[in-house]
Amino acid sequence: MGIARAMRGDTGGQIMLAVLLAVTIVVPVLSLAVPESSPWHLSTYTVTLLGKYLCYALLAVAVDLVWGYLGILSLGHGAFFALGGYAMGMYLMRQIGDRGVYGDPILPDFMVFLNWKELPWFWHGFDLFWFAALMAILVPGVLAYVFGYLAFRSRVTGVYLSIITQALTYALMLAFFRNEMGFGGNNGLTDFKDLLGFDLQSDSTRAGLFIASAIALALGYVACRTIVTSRLGRVAVAIRDAESRTRFIGYRVERIKVAIFTFSAMLAGVAGALYVPQVGIVNPGEFSPLNSIEMVIWVAVGGRATLYGAVAGALMVNYGKSTFTAVFPDAWLFALGGLFVLVTLFLPRGIAGLLRLRRAG
Amino acid sequence: MSNVDSGAHRGAQILVILSIWLLGLVFSGNLAADSLEDALPKLADRSFAVKQRAVESIAASGNARALDILKALLAGDLYTRDGDPAVVVVRKAGAAMRISDPLTGQDLGEVERAAIKKIQLNNAMRTALRGAIAARTLASPDPALRLKAAREMMGDGSPAATGALSAQLEREQDPAVREAVSLALAVANMRSDRAETRLAAVAGLEGSLQSEARNALVELAGSDPDAAVKAAAAKALSAMDTRLTWNARAETLFFGLSLGSVLVLAAIGLAITFGVMGVINMAHGELIMLGAYTTYLVQQAMPGLIDYSLLVAIPAAFIVSGLFGIAIERTVIRFLYGRPLETLLATFGLSLILQQLVRTTISAQNVAVQNPSWMSGSWQVNPALAITYNRLFILIFALLVFAGLLVILRRTTLGLQVRAVSQNRAMARAMGVRSARVDALTFGLGAGIAGVAGVALSQLTNVGPNMGQAYIIDSFMVVVFGGVGNLWGTLIGGMTLGVANKLMEPWAGAVLAKILVLVFIILFIQKRPRGLFPQRGRAGEG
Repeated sequence: MGIARAMRGDTGGQIMLAVLLAVTIVVPVLSLAVPESSPWHLSTYTVTLLGKYLCYALLAVAVDLVWGYLGILSLGHGAFFALGGYAMGMYLMRQIGDRGVYGDPILPDFMVFLNWKELPWFWHGFDLFWFAALMAILVPGVLAYVFGYLAFRSRVTGVYLSIITQALTYALMLAFFRNEMGFGGNNGLTDFKDLLGFDLQSDSTRAGLFIASAIALALGYVACRTIVTSRLGRVAVAIRDAESRTRFIGYRVERIKVAIFTFSAMLAGVAGALYVPQVGIVNPGEFSPLNSIEMVIWVAVGGRATLYGAVAGALMVNYGKSTFTAVFPDAWLFALGGLFVLVTLFLPRGIAGLLRLRRAG
Repeated sequence: MSNVDSGAHRGAQILVILSIWLLGLVFSGNLAADSLEDALPKLADRSFAVKQRAVESIAASGNARALDILKALLAGDLYTRDGDPAVVVVRKAGAAMRISDPLTGQDLGEVERAAIKKIQLNNAMRTALRGAIAARTLASPDPALRLKAAREMMGDGSPAATGALSAQLEREQDPAVREAVSLALAVANMRSDRAETRLAAVAGLEGSLQSEARNALVELAGSDPDAAVKAAAAKALSAMDTRLTWNARAETLFFGLSLGSVLVLAAIGLAITFGVMGVINMAHGELIMLGAYTTYLVQQAMPGLIDYSLLVAIPAAFIVSGLFGIAIERTVIRFLYGRPLETLLATFGLSLILQQLVRTTISAQNVAVQNPSWMSGSWQVNPALAITYNRLFILIFALLVFAGLLVILRRTTLGLQVRAVSQNRAMARAMGVRSARVDALTFGLGAGIAGVAGVALSQLTNVGPNMGQAYIIDSFMVVVFGGVGNLWGTLIGGMTLGVANKLMEPWAGAVLAKILVLVFIILFIQKRPRGLFPQRGRAGEG
């Protein structure tokens, strides 16, 4: 019932969920059931690529929730995404067990290489999947809560907030580059073998991860939609449009901001946790400020404050990136840079806004 | 070394000089008749005692060749020919040995190795030789050679060396050499057998920062048999360590200010565009990069004149980056006034385009920018503190740029109009200020300053397409920390962050120090959202 109410009036979202459902069924079938000789067969590479896009889409929904509905331009969502990814990576690292290069049953390879004798305290528990999954949500959530509590309480808004979120992810990037941090330094975590006992290289595991990403995207979408159609969501929009006025009416603006910001960070963490087993590596580059700002442009291209626009934007920009970097590797930054400029100048409401105008006209 | 020598020290010196003089009398009485020519064959004698006397008389002969002969002897280059008492200098020439006359330097042809015999030395002779060589070098007319000799004699406690040092101290005029000589003398005297001499030497080390002096003090403070000397040495050592600590602090402060000046240079253009105009220019780092690349191109265009290239590069970079800035303002930013988040995204896109532009047109690799000769080297303030010229010049340059900018904003018509538009655009327009033109010029000014910063940075760091990204976050941090719209805030903020960074580096490491500074700023913004020096009044309510 809740889902039906949340999705009412959201034509774009309904179409998006329907397409997502179809894709979730068709892609694994085309990959696993259709023989490789058939032109309809989807390679594992394609399935993985699509799964990656779905993780990006979930991340874009998380960014749109805070930027589109709350007016917080976060340039640090990549940090939450990466933290979720690292939590999953740590679990996958522990799963390698004694199959690593050095064959140590407990210590991951990079620790043996650094001549460490014991597992650092923060690595304990990550051999359990449920614990790692919990951490993939909790760690970004706690960071976002603490950061948001400090920032919103002292009423840091607008570009100031954007810049300190960027500083946050930049600081984390520098920190994770350090070997002493115990997260594999420059190389990050990689050489994963299996997840919950399933071989990560096998086609069926990849298809399973694709389905999991699709389900996560659908659930995340509906959850965000539920928030924005609720009273909470309407107050959030009020804060976006007139923060002081909302505060004077009597709403606890900081609490609402912190709550939604934290939820969004958790969603980003989930996206990261699903992303890492599919790409097979997580390294400090995920924290780079460029990544975080790219997420914002997905949302801007798709259209702010529509949620389905964020999904569409993430898919289109990343598809464009994949094709562009394959054909003209040098031109991608020109294209991405041009996209930033053109979208902000000529498409302030993104593609979703363009469609809406067309319909209205 | 201080000029205020204690009485005991002076007394010790006189004592030493007297004894040397007496020794000299004895020797001169014995050997006054020995010229260099007479003494030289005696080096071939079997008795070390005879050889030793020969060395002494060579040293005392005052002949211009004496120093070379002593050096050759010490290096093992002096030989005798079989059955010939004459001594020859030998240099290896392939398998054969080429010999020459030590007195005239005349070439005497090649001989077989078996036909000549090396003059043997013992340790006592070697010590005497070293002392004699240093003493003769110490008397050289060239102050640089004298300084070198005094440094070499540091730690040489032989009576000959001590004597030569005290004698030189009496007549030395050059202050730097005098200091080195008296220091070497003090270190030598610290090895003396007499407790008073050692005590006087310790007292004489007051104010010194040389590591040799410190080593000698550590030795005395640890193991001197005389309690008074031991205590004095310990006291002098702790005083010296205090001075060394202060010098280390001064060095840290300088490095901090140097880093701060880099931050200020990078941030000050941003202080104009962000602080005064309220425009978030994420392409600011790329404007710095363009300035650095302009330096590179200028140097490519005038390869023989690297020393003057910076003088051309500074205005060139200002113009190049300034023009890019004006173009950016006219084509993109002016449509986005009042929409800071959109400006942020659009200028970020521009930064990507500029990076790729440099990669495609010049190179994806870093390029080599040369340092002019007048920027290399360092200024040795004292033995424990050296300041490199490039950092010093950049520190001064940053302050000059800051002062120049302040003058432009406070004293020129453009500055007046910029301030008017930033405070109240509508009113400024009503007063006849062409706000669009002012916007373009202000942005161009900020961008041009970024270009000038790029020239300075090209002298310190690698120049590559990504260099701008390294500065953009730091620059924003400086502006936000110092207080938006306040140039003084940027200066003080940048310097504070630079010094804080360098203060933390010794115990935290470079990366962790940077992280801590970032975390500190994030927390600081919570406490004072408008920075160190917030703008007051209505303009601050933006």
